[in-house]
Amino acid sequence: MDYQGTIWRYGDNVDTDVIIPARYLAIADMEELATHAMEDIDTTFAQKVKPGQIMVAGKNFGCGSSREHAPAVIKASGISCIVADSFARIFFRNAINIGLSVIEIGEAVKEIKAGHEVGVDLGKGLVYDLTTGKTYQGTALPPFIQAIAKAGGLVNFAKSR
Amino acid sequence: MGMTITEKNMARHAGVDQVKAGQIIECQVDAILMNDITFPPALKEFRKIGKPVFDKNKIYLVPDHFTPNKDIKSAEQAKVMRDFVKEEGIMHYFEVGRMGIEHVLLPEQGLIAPGELMIGADSHTCTYGALNAFSTGVGSTDAGVAMATGKTWFKVPETIKVTLKGKLPKWVSGKDVILELIGRIGVDGARYKAIEFAGAGVASLTMADRLTICNMAIEAGGKCGVFPYDEVTKAYEEGRVRRSYTPIEADADASYCEEVTIDLDALKPVVAFPHLPENTHYVADIEEPIAIDQVIIGSCTNGRYEDLVAAAEVLKDHKVADFVRCIVIPGSQDVYNKAMQDGLIDIFLQADCAVSTPTCGPCLGGYMGIMAAGERCVSTTNRNFRGRMGHVDSEVYLASPYVAAASAIMGRIAEPKEVK
Repeated sequence: MDYQGTIWRYGDNVDTDVIIPARYLAIADMEELATHAMEDIDTTFAQKVKPGQIMVAGKNFGCGSSREHAPAVIKASGISCIVADSFARIFFRNAINIGLSVIEIGEAVKEIKAGHEVGVDLGKGLVYDLTTGKTYQGTALPPFIQAIAKAGGLVNFAKSR
Repeated sequence: MGMTITEKNMARHAGVDQVKAGQIIECQVDAILMNDITFPPALKEFRKIGKPVFDKNKIYLVPDHFTPNKDIKSAEQAKVMRDFVKEEGIMHYFEVGRMGIEHVLLPEQGLIAPGELMIGADSHTCTYGALNAFSTGVGSTDAGVAMATGKTWFKVPETIKVTLKGKLPKWVSGKDVILELIGRIGVDGARYKAIEFAGAGVASLTMADRLTICNMAIEAGGKCGVFPYDEVTKAYEEGRVRRSYTPIEADADASYCEEVTIDLDALKPVVAFPHLPENTHYVADIEEPIAIDQVIIGSCTNGRYEDLVAAAEVLKDHKVADFVRCIVIPGSQDVYNKAMQDGLIDIFLQADCAVSTPTCGPCLGGYMGIMAAGERCVSTTNRNFRGRMGHVDSEVYLASPYVAAASAIMGRIAEPKEVK
């Protein structure tokens, strides 16, 4: 398993403005910015999140802005991987580009509730709900995108070509 | 097999004859756009590649989000961009005073041509589909890498075809068309997809309407919105674009994943309630009055000259309601100048509006109109997410310049025909 941990559970259409409110965007340091992550929908997240924990959400996660600050603050906060029903296009691309793991498992994500412990095997594209014992097959990444992810992001990938 | 406009554009820029939805391809980009928020992180990634810029004539840098600098940190960010422009001799940079909101400015300056393909580190880069170009928003890393390589990868999107019928009635605009579409298909209805507009109704839409419509394709999750090339496009580009271009039309046997029809004749003024652009209602259907505290007229969605004409038509010889702030933000220096010469700014000032220099400012909660807890704004901008324009307990209602202006006068969400 690549990642294993307790989860932070959110709903549908979590947008980039709640992931990191634009009023803080003059802050360039991601660690500092991460102290405001999710605060408009969850005031406890930034204080209580622990390294390696997993975020689980509904459909269209990360909709809105193209600002990379959104996946970057989630990564900087210590979250290892986001499991969702689906991701907004630009957020998904940005997450891969900066080396934050993301996996889509469709509507079945509804069965994974707050308080559960989850494991992720990215190579196999599997998500395990360790609390219920259920396994979910995620959507496989196309080989080209896997190569970017494997290189640790787009910059390393581009340098290696 | 036939291709959609977006498929044909991607095939052209990938140097192949045929592509199909789902395929991953690498395309040459005709231009890359960045702003004061997204440029500094892009520069960091660009420097890691260690190559020069691929073409200093194809990089568009626009400091518009937090400029004129709202604080010291914003000033530092804007300076990073300015210093880079000086060092590298970047051709297309727009200083405060010549600046506009990026998606108002670039089309106006003739920097986007039909059939071209470009990316921008701003989600509303999808605006340029109005000009028959393919354009989409990407993150700073994508932009930074493309700045060195001149290329980027795409998954060829499926296309939703939206057929427009009829002609827009009085007081109804492009903003109502796109809000209606988002209301129908939802904020993820076009996720990963292209939205192609077609049908006899297209001809009746002005370029300003089309730019507004494509601007908000992203609010339905879309990768891009795109219009066919016609007489309106040709007339708009004449005297602006100084290079030759080749427009793209869809093949008659192109394949679409979904079809939607909008009857323009029957459309009424639409407003999107908090906190998602899909929460649409017709203004006429609002039963309990919704009192407001602020109105914003401007942004990359509705900061064009035609939008100011629409607002002025309603505001002329009226006053903004007591205790309501109406802030008008022309989308570019040219828009501002023309609005002043044609008497629109005078109408706004007589109506007790505040008029600002171009900036994205309040749209994303930057400055120039931030709200307190419990306050409500009718805004011609594009997003009404929680906390978008200020306090997490403030509310944004999205509407057209007509509805925004009428609401400013009435002190509640209202239609222009209610203004006596």
